[in-house]
Amino acid sequence: MPVPGSGLAKGLAVTLRTMTRRSVTAHYPDTLPQLPPRSRGVIALFEENCTVCMLCARECPDWCIYIDSHKETVPPAAPGGRERSRNVLDRFAIDFSLCMYCGICIDVCPFDALFWSPEFEYAETDIRDLTHERDKLREWMWTVPEPPPLDPAAEEPKEVGAARKTADKLAAQQAEAEAEAEADAEPGAGAASEAPGTDREQGNGGQGGAS
Amino acid sequence: MDVADVLWRLAAVLLAFLLLPLIVGQAEHKAMAHMQGRVGPMYAGGFHGWAQLVADGVKFAQKEDIVPEGADRRIFQLAPAVALLPYLVVLIVIPVGDGDAVGQAVDAGVFFVLAVMGVGVLGSLMGGWASANKFSLLGGLRTAAQLLAYELPMLLAAASVAMAAGTLSLPGILESWQWWWLLWQITGGLVFFTAGLAELQRPPFDAPVADSEIIFGAFTEYTGLRFALFLLAEYAGIVVLSALTAVLFLGGWHGPAAADLGWVWTLLKTAVLAFVVIWLRVSYPRLREDQIQRLAWTVLVPLALFQIALTGVVKVVIQ
Repeated sequence: MPVPGSGLAKGLAVTLRTMTRRSVTAHYPDTLPQLPPRSRGVIALFEENCTVCMLCARECPDWCIYIDSHKETVPPAAPGGRERSRNVLDRFAIDFSLCMYCGICIDVCPFDALFWSPEFEYAETDIRDLTHERDKLREWMWTVPEPPPLDPAAEEPKEVGAARKTADKLAAQQAEAEAEAEADAEPGAGAASEAPGTDREQGNGGQGGAS
Repeated sequence: MDVADVLWRLAAVLLAFLLLPLIVGQAEHKAMAHMQGRVGPMYAGGFHGWAQLVADGVKFAQKEDIVPEGADRRIFQLAPAVALLPYLVVLIVIPVGDGDAVGQAVDAGVFFVLAVMGVGVLGSLMGGWASANKFSLLGGLRTAAQLLAYELPMLLAAASVAMAAGTLSLPGILESWQWWWLLWQITGGLVFFTAGLAELQRPPFDAPVADSEIIFGAFTEYTGLRFALFLLAEYAGIVVLSALTAVLFLGGWHGPAAADLGWVWTLLKTAVLAFVVIWLRVSYPRLREDQIQRLAWTVLVPLALFQIALTGVVKVVIQ
């Protein structure tokens, strides 16, 4: 059986011990908080990537994204070609008084034009000032951190794999083209004068050596 | 004793009365915060929120002074003064240092102090009764019940010290105080301090003002400065209780180099006791009304009677 009154002493000890320890208060306005990676502060727009596909505006559950655009025709790239039309972004605004920070717009953007930024200090005194236009959204893009590193032994990100595949394919194509060019050039090498031959060897010595 | 001397003493007492409760209040803000892992006020005044209570006072002064329609107007307005002033009067007779360092030495000091402190509690009772509010009435009645229950052990404990010293005068008690009285009177000291806490309605004995059940009890209808005066009375009460316990049971100005630094010892002991008051508030939950009554009648009163018996026996043996 415990000593009578030991609970009272224990209670006093707990409060006294807590007093000697550092407080856990976050001194927020004086020192900024250490936010965890992938913090959802505000949605930033990388407008160079935006193609005005409207997917974000249509998927938004509370319809807080406003997009205006117009079409421009681009003159044909090659003479005799067809004119192309292109969407040009006029207005991109997010009403953060409606936004519920679900992040669906960011997930759904196929061109990586929307990002989470950890910036969270954008309170306003008027609710109407919470609709932020594209310039402000573009500014927030500068606060988007680089993505945190993957876990060790994690699966390679899909886009990296896709990029490597493309790069490998391009390299293979180029090598093939080189080989063909070399094969075309080989028979004529004896007939040609000395000087162009040395010239070419200097120009792509590495590939010439490899093939 | 000429007029200038009297005025000087009164001014000193008034200064202590205005300053010490604020210091205790600020200490409570900060100590309580740190005991709960917080930091407490940090901005008012610039350095760790030292001016928080000044800011609070300004806020209270700005508020509207409301008297409820059904209230007994004059009694209602008088109550805060009745609650606060007794503590000012008590401070006058508490000796701070050796010899002359007391506002006014009163021969029946213990008697005077206990009588006047009891008047302070009447303030809450008046406020509770005059507010025309059920919560206030409940709070006032609880206050009265608590006063009845705890005045007795407090008196008995104080009587034990008076018996030991053979005098009712506070400076006289300190004159004859010996260090071993600490052990001799320790039971009385604990009873006196606990009963004093209960009379001040400090947690864990704060059922009369329990804000979460009867909305600050007798103070429910008070606003602005009058409410602030009630709060100030609570902190002045802490100062008075701590000082009285220090004088009666911890030897007041006795300590190393007491001739020069006696007042430091008194203030130090008072401060430590005030800290204990705060500490108890943070550590313990509120006692229920019946638990409060049971503690008084079945624990404190017998303990105080035992202390008186012990004091009498030792006193006879010594002689």
